[in-house]
Amino acid sequence: MQTISLPEKDEMKKRLRKLGGLIDQNAQRENGEGALMGALHLAQTEFGYLPEEAMDFISKKLSVPASHIYGMATFYNYFSLKPKAKYQIQVCKGTACYVGGGARILGKLKKELGVEEGGSSPDGLFGLGITRCLGCCGLSPVMQVNDETHVRMVPEKIPGILRKCRKMAKNKAARGKKK
Amino acid sequence: MSKQVTLTINGAKVTVPEQSTIMEAADGMGIRVPRLCYHPVLSPFGGCRLCVVEVEGMKNYPPSCLTQVKEGMLVQTHSHNILKARRMLLELILDNHPNDCNICGKSGSCDLQEIAESLGLREIAFEGEKKKHSVDASSSAIVRDPEKCILCGKCVRVCAEVQGVTALTFSHRGFKTNVVPAYEMPIGESLCINCGQCINVCPTGALLEKDSTEEVWRNLQNPDRVVMVQIAPAVRVAIGESFDNEPGRDMTYETVTALKMLGFDVVFDTQFSADLTIMEEGHEFIERLQNKGKLPMITSCSPGWIKFCEEFHPDFLENISTCKSPQQMMGALIKTYYAEKAGIDPAKIYSVSIMPCTAKKFEAVRPEMCASGYRDVDAVLTTRELARMIKQAGIAFNSLPKSEFDSPLGESSGAAPIFGATGGVMEAALRTAYEVVTGKELPSVDFMQVRGLDGIREAVIPVGGIELKIAVVNGLANVHKLLNEIREGKRQYHFIEIMTCPGGCIGGGGQPYLRGDVEPLDKNVYQKRAEGLYQIDANKAIRKSHLNPDIQKIYKDFLEKPLGKKSHKLLHTHYHSRQPSGVRKEVKDAVNLFR
Repeated sequence: MQTISLPEKDEMKKRLRKLGGLIDQNAQRENGEGALMGALHLAQTEFGYLPEEAMDFISKKLSVPASHIYGMATFYNYFSLKPKAKYQIQVCKGTACYVGGGARILGKLKKELGVEEGGSSPDGLFGLGITRCLGCCGLSPVMQVNDETHVRMVPEKIPGILRKCRKMAKNKAARGKKK
Repeated sequence: MSKQVTLTINGAKVTVPEQSTIMEAADGMGIRVPRLCYHPVLSPFGGCRLCVVEVEGMKNYPPSCLTQVKEGMLVQTHSHNILKARRMLLELILDNHPNDCNICGKSGSCDLQEIAESLGLREIAFEGEKKKHSVDASSSAIVRDPEKCILCGKCVRVCAEVQGVTALTFSHRGFKTNVVPAYEMPIGESLCINCGQCINVCPTGALLEKDSTEEVWRNLQNPDRVVMVQIAPAVRVAIGESFDNEPGRDMTYETVTALKMLGFDVVFDTQFSADLTIMEEGHEFIERLQNKGKLPMITSCSPGWIKFCEEFHPDFLENISTCKSPQQMMGALIKTYYAEKAGIDPAKIYSVSIMPCTAKKFEAVRPEMCASGYRDVDAVLTTRELARMIKQAGIAFNSLPKSEFDSPLGESSGAAPIFGATGGVMEAALRTAYEVVTGKELPSVDFMQVRGLDGIREAVIPVGGIELKIAVVNGLANVHKLLNEIREGKRQYHFIEIMTCPGGCIGGGGQPYLRGDVEPLDKNVYQKRAEGLYQIDANKAIRKSHLNPDIQKIYKDFLEKPLGKKSHKLLHTHYHSRQPSGVRKEVKDAVNLFR
């Protein structure tokens, strides 16, 4: 099971307050129903997912029924109801990448991370998913780690990429502590 | 007048207003295009596609519910090509729908089944994956089986647009789409107010009332139980529809006979406790008026409205009359007054009510509804469930002889039956309040100003020197508007009647389904049911609650006086705020911060 920790109650209150401020700033540009999409985007960015607390908070703040918000949150792929892993790995299974060996890349990632498609690693660092064509078939097979695209992938490259991510996360955590 | 256009449908010319849809034009000609997601009072949706028609010059078959008419349009609604297309669309719907019609609670009243039958579908060519969801039986009133849902969205729309609750939404998309409350909470824990309008509009068996018939059968067979039953006003003018009678036909006394045949030991009338409600609520109103109590006072008979207020408008809870609903009053009296009188141990009494309403099922299980030490009401059957039991028992309902209600909780005045129609409680209360306040006889008992089916109706009635400002509301979406305007000071009233369902109880979520050429929520049917109730009222010799001799007797023998100590214990209740709503318990604290 995932062990990603959810924000504590006080922490949640603090972050909801911050979200409220961001929505207010946004409200100068959009209001009413139109503000909802923006508010959900802000919440997704702030929390990395849409916790129920945030959806309910937005429901009250913008006077939009919670059911409506839940409908939107589950409709769009962009929104996530569960905390997303720090590094979201997307393996392309479009035709060209598939023919070019995308399945082998996916297999190696599953083995290295010990997770299935759609899952997250126990440390909350890596999420594994599949994507459709990313529009660079000439460089197949490709995979994405967050916004970074890795091209002409071979399974042997994978341990190195994962190591790099772990290192970055470690450095970031250390920097966070110093602050 | 708006511009008219002329078009040709199936070879015949027809002239309609230019904003009409093809479906509306065809309906006007007596041509019914099949439909599953369309409803005249709900916003257009165009999801089921069964209403497609052929329009000359158009490449595809457009849905007639969304396509506006144009001058000179040539439309075919039932050509061979269209029939073939419709069959295929239906096959696609049925491919993702269980084939268990024979054991489905909606069998025989199912729109999907009826359309499949009328299109002559004999095989399903597709065999794809079927969605898998579990049944949500968490609510005490409503059961939802998502596997039977065809995603027409009528429940979602009726909940939002007619009732203003918006408990339901579509979640996810594509094959995974489902209709759920926010956060996929169980319906029983959600905002749902149990009104059952979603059941009335559902074209399949995806939404049904929670069936209590088995439990009632079991208790009827139990020799150690004394089974009592009460019948609500709106039931008697609608139950006939389940046996092919016209809406509005008064079948009170046939129903009493049927209940006796089913094995109920004692049959009482909720109309007795409706009269009692007027005594208590009328006096409560007079007291609030004279002693500067919280006004406007709002009626408390409709349990959907009560939960609605607790969730959305808790600042108005003090405005609601503390009177229990007639169902609960009757329940409390059966296990105290009657039990004592008849020498029956209240623990042995099993008390059933027949209601036009699904929210009554929720009301009956509210924890505070057991003032006598026993549950006021043990089981609630909807009009539909009773009709089902009568059919199960092989009773030929239409040819039954008439029987009288049992005494002493069976007699009612003309003020009681009209409780079942919107405006009725107000009218009944005015009849008594006027005479109590002024001490004079009312010149005319008919308050025509408060009758009708409009969502919000207002009147000013002079009562003993006071210009009484009243409002009557039905359909809860109207209530948001009304209460907001009261808060803003735009409206001022002394007394408001609020009924959850459009039309009042006659349009309740437990009434016989309106099917065939009549859509659910049909005003003509509601009109007929209401007329049936007003006719019962007009035929009564006594038409004011306080003149009902059995009411006078129960005050003399048992309750002493309206708002007295015993009344307070047995007949009154309290309400609690349920805010913030739509939130799971564990996250409430975080959100409370911002209220």
